[in-house]
Amino acid sequence: MSSFTPANTPRTKTTRRVLAVASGGGHWVQLLRLRPAFAGAEIHYATVDAGARSTVAPAPVYVYPDANKDTKLRLIASTLALAVIMLRVRPHVVISTGAAGGYLAIRLARLMGARTVFIDSIANTRQLSVSGRLAQKAADLVLSQWPTVAAASGAQYRGAVL
Amino acid sequence: MIFATVGTQLPFDRLLLALDTWAAMHSDVPVLAQTGQTNTLYANLTVVAKMDAAQFADAVAQAKVIVAHAGMGTILTAIEAGKQVILLPRRADLGEHRNDHQRDTAMEMAALPNVTVVEDSSSLCEAIGAALARSNDPLLAARSTVASASLLETIQDFIWSEASQPHRKSLGKTRRARLSSLLRNPLRTALPLTQSLRT
Repeated sequence: MSSFTPANTPRTKTTRRVLAVASGGGHWVQLLRLRPAFAGAEIHYATVDAGARSTVAPAPVYVYPDANKDTKLRLIASTLALAVIMLRVRPHVVISTGAAGGYLAIRLARLMGARTVFIDSIANTRQLSVSGRLAQKAADLVLSQWPTVAAASGAQYRGAVL
Repeated sequence: MIFATVGTQLPFDRLLLALDTWAAMHSDVPVLAQTGQTNTLYANLTVVAKMDAAQFADAVAQAKVIVAHAGMGTILTAIEAGKQVILLPRRADLGEHRNDHQRDTAMEMAALPNVTVVEDSSSLCEAIGAALARSNDPLLAARSTVASASLLETIQDFIWSEASQPHRKSLGKTRRARLSSLLRNPLRTALPLTQSLRT
C-alpha cells in the first residue's frame, strides 16, 4: 500500500484535465480514496451533494441531480446537467465510481473524445452493478474490485479501494 | 456515544427499533441516529433525518461504536476513523432494499477486524455490549485512507497514458452532430438504463 508514490508525476509536460464523477454515499467515499492517483492532473469533481465541496477544496465541484434507473425523469435531468458540466470542463479523462450518473458521464465523455474508466463499487461482491454492465459498452476500462466478479464479467481487476 | 446510520435513501425501522430498545435499557449511553425518511418515533434515540458531511464526520469521530446498515460509505468511513462498526444488512424479503446485495457486502466485510455482522435484533443488542467492552482494542487503530497501490497506479497510468493525451483538434463533425442530437433528445442516453429495468 505504501509503495505508491505520486511524486513521479507528471511524466510529460502536457497537462491532463480529469473529471471525477460519483453519486453520494459510498460511491463518493470510494472516489475520495483514489485521490492520490490524481496528483499532477487538473482535477474537477462532479457529484450529487454540494456539501462535498469542502472535502476536496480548492478543486472545483459541479453538482448534478441524483437519479437511478427507477427515476426516469431525474435521469434525463442528470444527463442534461452532466452534459453542461462536460462542456464546461472539457476533460481529457473521465473517472467514475458510479452509479447511474457515472455511467451517463462516461457516455457523454465518449462523445467528446475523452478517455473513460469506470470503477464498480466494492459493494458489488457477486456481480457488476447495472451501471457497471452498461459502462462495459461505453468505457475504455471497467474495473471490478473483486477478482471473481472481474473474471465472470469481463471487467478487469486491479486492486480495490480498501 | 453510539452512532447509528441507515443512510438517507430508504427507511430501516428494524435496525432503529432494536437500537431504541437497547437504548431504553442503557440510558447512560447516548445514542445518535441518522434515520433517513421514517414516520416511526424513537423515544430513546436522538434522531436526525439527514446529516451533512461535516455533521456525519463529527458523529463518527465522537462515536465509540457505529451501528449501521451494510452501506459501503459508512463501512469505509468507520474503518478510516478506526471505529468498530456493527452491520445489520438490509433484507429484500422484508422490503428493506431492492435486492440482497447488502448481505453479500456484509459477508465480505466481516473479515475486517473492526466489523461485526449481525442478522437480527437480539444479536445486534449483544454485539453492542461486546463492542463497547472492547472499544480500546489496539487492533481497531485507524487504517489507511487511500486505495490499494495497484489500483492507484492503474488509475494514474490511465490518466497519463499517451492515449489520453490532449488533442488540439475540435470535436469533429460526427461527434459534434451526435452530441447536439443527444442534447436535443437526452432520453436516448438515459434509455439503456430504463431498458435494463425490464430485463
